[in-house]
Amino acid sequence: MRSLLRTLERATLRDIALVCLADALVGASFGAISVSGGLPLWVPVAMSVLVFAGGSQFAAVGIVLSGGGALAAVVTGLVLNARLLPFGFTVADTLDGPVWRRLLGAQLLTDESVAFTLLQPDPRRRRAAYWVCGLALFLIWNASVLVGALAGGLIGDTDALGLDAAFPAVLLALVLPSLTDRRTRTAALTGAAVAVAATPFVPAGLPVLLALAGLLFAGRPDTAAAATSTDAAAAEGEPRPLAEEVH
Amino acid sequence: MSLLAVLLLAAGTYAFRLAGPLLGGRLTVSDRLRHLLAVAAAVLLVALVATGALTDGRDFAGWARPAGVLVAGVLALRRAPFPLVVVAAAGTTAVLRLCGVA
Repeated sequence: MRSLLRTLERATLRDIALVCLADALVGASFGAISVSGGLPLWVPVAMSVLVFAGGSQFAAVGIVLSGGGALAAVVTGLVLNARLLPFGFTVADTLDGPVWRRLLGAQLLTDESVAFTLLQPDPRRRRAAYWVCGLALFLIWNASVLVGALAGGLIGDTDALGLDAAFPAVLLALVLPSLTDRRTRTAALTGAAVAVAATPFVPAGLPVLLALAGLLFAGRPDTAAAATSTDAAAAEGEPRPLAEEVH
Repeated sequence: MSLLAVLLLAAGTYAFRLAGPLLGGRLTVSDRLRHLLAVAAAVLLVALVATGALTDGRDFAGWARPAGVLVAGVLALRRAPFPLVVVAAAGTTAVLRLCGVA
C-alpha cells in the first residue's frame, strides 16, 4: 500500500482525498435517509458493502420507501449500474494479473476510480490510482454509511425536518454535471415528464422505469468527442473526478 | 427491501464490473452502447428526482418538498458544496412546513 501511495503525485492523492470526503457526506446521507425512512439498519449497511454503487443504492431505497416493489428497485438499480460495464472494459488493461486480483479489484470499480485511473499517464501510476482510489472509497463509503445509519435511527419526525426533500436533492446534485450534454438533457427531461405523468396510474416503482422511453431522444454518440478520446475522462458520459458524482 | 433483493442487485452489479477485467482482450463495448448506458443512467436519476420531488404515493407531494428540491438545484448549479445543497433542501422544506405550507 505504501509503495502504491508513493507512486502517485501529491496532487492526485489530494484530489482522491477530496472526492472521498464528498462521498463520505453522500454515504452518511444515504445511511441516515434509509434508516429514518423506516428500513432496518442492515439494509443500507449490507447494500453499501455488496452493491457499493451510490446512485443505485439511493435509487433502490427511494423506490422501496415510496412504496414500490423490490423487483422495480432491483431493475432500476441494475439499469443504473449497467454503465459500469463499459467502464470495466476501459480499465481492463489496468486490472490485470492473477484472477483473484481481478475478482477483488472489480468490486472497487466506480465512476471515481475509473476517472482517476484514466487521468494517469503510465500503466504503473494507473494501477496505483485504481487501487488507492478504489480501496479508500470502499473503506470511507462503508464507514460513513454506517455512521449515517446509526444517526438516522435517532431522528424523530423526518417530515418536520424536511428530510423527504433531501433524497431528491442528493440525486439532483449527483446528476446535474451529466446534464450539460443537450441530448442527455432532452432524454432525461422527457423521461421525467413520462414518469410523473404515469405516477397516478401505475404501481409505484414502475414510473421511473417508464422514463427510459426518454432514451428515444438519446441520439448517437458524439463522434467528434470519441475521435479525440486521448483524455477519455473528458468524453461525454464518462466520469469527471472532481464533480461530486457518486459511483 | 429483502435480503434477496439486495443480493440480486449486488450480483448483477458485480457482473457488470467483472465483465471487462475478465474478458477485456476478447470483447469490446461499442461507442453506441456506451453512450446509451450513460444516457440511461441520467434518465433514471432525473426521473427519480422528479417523482421524488413531486409525488407521494400516487398524489402530489405538496409545495414544500419541491420548493426544497428547487433550492437544492439552484445551489448545485452554482457549485455550492454538497452538504450545503442537502441541508438547504431539507431546511427550506422544514421551514415552509413550519409556516403552514403543506
